[in-house]
Amino acid sequence: MTQHATATAPKTPRRSKKRGSVLPGFTPTMGFTIAYLSLIVLIPLSTVFLKTAGMSWAEFVEAGFSTRVLAAYKLTFGTAFLAALVNAVFGLLLAWVLVRYRFPGRRLIDGMVDLPFALPTAVAGIALTAIYSRNGWMGSWLEDLGIKVAYTPIGITIALIFIGLPFVVRTLQPVIEEIDVELEEAAATLGAGRWTIFRKVLFPTFFPALLTGFALAFARGIGEYGSVVFISGNMPMRTEIAPLLIVTKLEQYDYMGATAIALVMLVISFFLLLAINLLQRWSSQRIGHS
Amino acid sequence: MKHYKKNLTLLAGLLLATSTYAAKELLNVSYDPTREFYKEYNDWFTKQWKQDTGEDVRIKQSHGGAGKQARSVIDGLAADVVTLALAYDIDAISSRTGKFPSDWQSRLPNGSAPYTSTIVFLVREGNPKGIKDWGDLAKPGIEVITPNPKTSGGARWNFLAAYAWAREAFDGDIAKVEDFVGRVYKNVPVLDSGARGSTTTFVQRGIGDVLLAWENEAFLSLKELGEDSFDIVVPSVSILARPPVTVVDENAKKHGNLKLANAYLEKLYTPFAQRLVAKHFYRPFLPEFADAEDIARFPKVKLITVDEAFGGWQKAQAEHFSDGGTFDRIYTK
Repeated sequence: MTQHATATAPKTPRRSKKRGSVLPGFTPTMGFTIAYLSLIVLIPLSTVFLKTAGMSWAEFVEAGFSTRVLAAYKLTFGTAFLAALVNAVFGLLLAWVLVRYRFPGRRLIDGMVDLPFALPTAVAGIALTAIYSRNGWMGSWLEDLGIKVAYTPIGITIALIFIGLPFVVRTLQPVIEEIDVELEEAAATLGAGRWTIFRKVLFPTFFPALLTGFALAFARGIGEYGSVVFISGNMPMRTEIAPLLIVTKLEQYDYMGATAIALVMLVISFFLLLAINLLQRWSSQRIGHS
Repeated sequence: MKHYKKNLTLLAGLLLATSTYAAKELLNVSYDPTREFYKEYNDWFTKQWKQDTGEDVRIKQSHGGAGKQARSVIDGLAADVVTLALAYDIDAISSRTGKFPSDWQSRLPNGSAPYTSTIVFLVREGNPKGIKDWGDLAKPGIEVITPNPKTSGGARWNFLAAYAWAREAFDGDIAKVEDFVGRVYKNVPVLDSGARGSTTTFVQRGIGDVLLAWENEAFLSLKELGEDSFDIVVPSVSILARPPVTVVDENAKKHGNLKLANAYLEKLYTPFAQRLVAKHFYRPFLPEFADAEDIARFPKVKLITVDEAFGGWQKAQAEHFSDGGTFDRIYTK
C-alpha cells in the first residue's frame, strides 16, 4: 500500500509542473492536509519540545540519560525490534497462506488477524499474563522446561508480537495478491528451483511492503504501554519499559522529566523510522527499475 | 406550523422538567479501596441532607490510583472534595492550584483523617514460610509482593513501614537499614503500578509468599476469596496510615456547593459514618461509635506515624522516593 505511494512519489511533482495535476483542487486539499496534520500531530508533539526547553542541559541529561533510563530505552527498543522481526517472518507466512490458499475457515482466520487492533491493550496484557504466569496453563508448562515468560523480557516481547501482528499481515496481503502466478511459472520453466524462485522472484516484490509492516509493528511496539505493564513486572533496570518511566515521572508531578524521556524516544524513533523508510525506498526503486 | 409549535412546547416542557429535576451535584474524587465504603456512605448522606435541608443532592464518585487522581484534579477535574490516600497528594493539589489553603489538614479533626488504616502481611493459608515480622521479608527465598512506591501511594506506606521497623531493629544505623530495605526489595519479583494490581498478582496469579497490603484490602480479600486460602499476619510494628479528606474550596464555591461539601466531610465524623467505616475494615477515628464486633477484628499493633518517624510527607518523599532517593539507590547500586 504505502510502497506504491513511495514508488510513484518522485513522478508526481514532475508531472504537475509540466502539465498540471490530473485532479483539480490541489491547493485547497494541500492546505487542508497541512492544517489537519498540524492540529493532530505537530502541535501536540511540539509541546513536548517546548516543555523540555524549560530545562537546563544538565537537568535534561540527568532526566533523559541516567543509567536506569538507558536500561529502559535498551529494553523498549530491543524488545520492539525483536517482536517486529518475529512478526515480519510469521506475518509473511500468515499473509501468504491467507492469500494463496483456499481452505475452510479462511475468512474466520482472516478476521481474527484484526483482533489485536480492536482489543483494549490492557485486556491483552491481563490475558497474556494469566496464561504465561507461573500458574497459567502455558506458564506452568514452560516453567517445567525452565523457561520463565511472564515478568521477563520474553513476556514483553510476546505482548508486542501480539500487538504488532496485524500491521505486517495487512500491509503484505494486497501486495501478495498482486503477484502473478505466471511469474513463478515462468521462472520454473526457466529452470529455477523453489528456493531460487522465492529469493529472486517473490522476495524482491514484497520486500518493500514487508519493511513497511515491520516499521509499523516496530513503532507500535516502542509506544506500547497498556499490555506491557501487566506482563513485564516493572522491575527497574530489568523489565522496566521507557513508557512506564514516563508515567512514573508524571506520578511524581515531574512533568519536565517525563517530557525529557518522551523527547529522547521521539528523536530515536524518528531516525529509526526514517532509516527504515530510506531503506524501503532504495529497495523499491532498485526493484521497480531493474 | 402546527407541527413546529408542538415541538416548541415539547422543548419547553423538557427544559422545565430538567430545571426542576436538576439536583445539586457533588463530585468526590477518591482512591481505589474506598469504593465500597463511599457507595454506602453517599446513600446515607443524600437522605440525611434531604431531611435537613429539603434539597436533593447527587454525589458522583471517581476512583483510581491516588497519584493519578490528584493529577487529574491539578489538571482541572472539578472535584468538590478529595478523599485520597496520602496527605502528600492533597498537598500537591494545594500547592499547584492554590484552590484551598496549605493548612488544610487542620480544618477537620485528626489531621482531617476520619478513618485510618495500617499495613499488614497477607500470607498463604497456614503461613508455610513462617513469616512473622518485617525481618523475615529480607530472608533469601521469600517472595514479597508490593507495588512500586514511585507510582502507588499504598506502596509508599509499605516502604516506610519496613524502613521504620529496620531503624528500630538496627538502632538507627542507616547503612544497615538501607541494606535491609534493599534486600527486601531484591525479594520482590513483580512491582505492579498500583495496590489493586499487586493484590491481583498475589491472589489470582499465585505469585509470592507474602503481600504487603492495606489492612482494609487484606480483610476484603479474605471476605471475597474465603478465609481458608489466606491468613493475615500482623507485624510487631506498622505505620499509621491516615488517608485524609478535604474540600477543594474554589471548585465548591464555583458550583455553589461550599456548604454542602463541608457538611459532606463533617458528617464522616458522625456516629453512623464511623460505624460504617469500621464495617468496611477501616479503623474509625472514634471507635466508641463502631460495633464492638467490627472493632475486635483489628489486632493491637504498635503504630508509628509519618510525622513522628519521618518528619512529614514532604520530607519522606524527598528522601526516599524522589529521583536518586533511597528507593532508586536499591536498583542502581
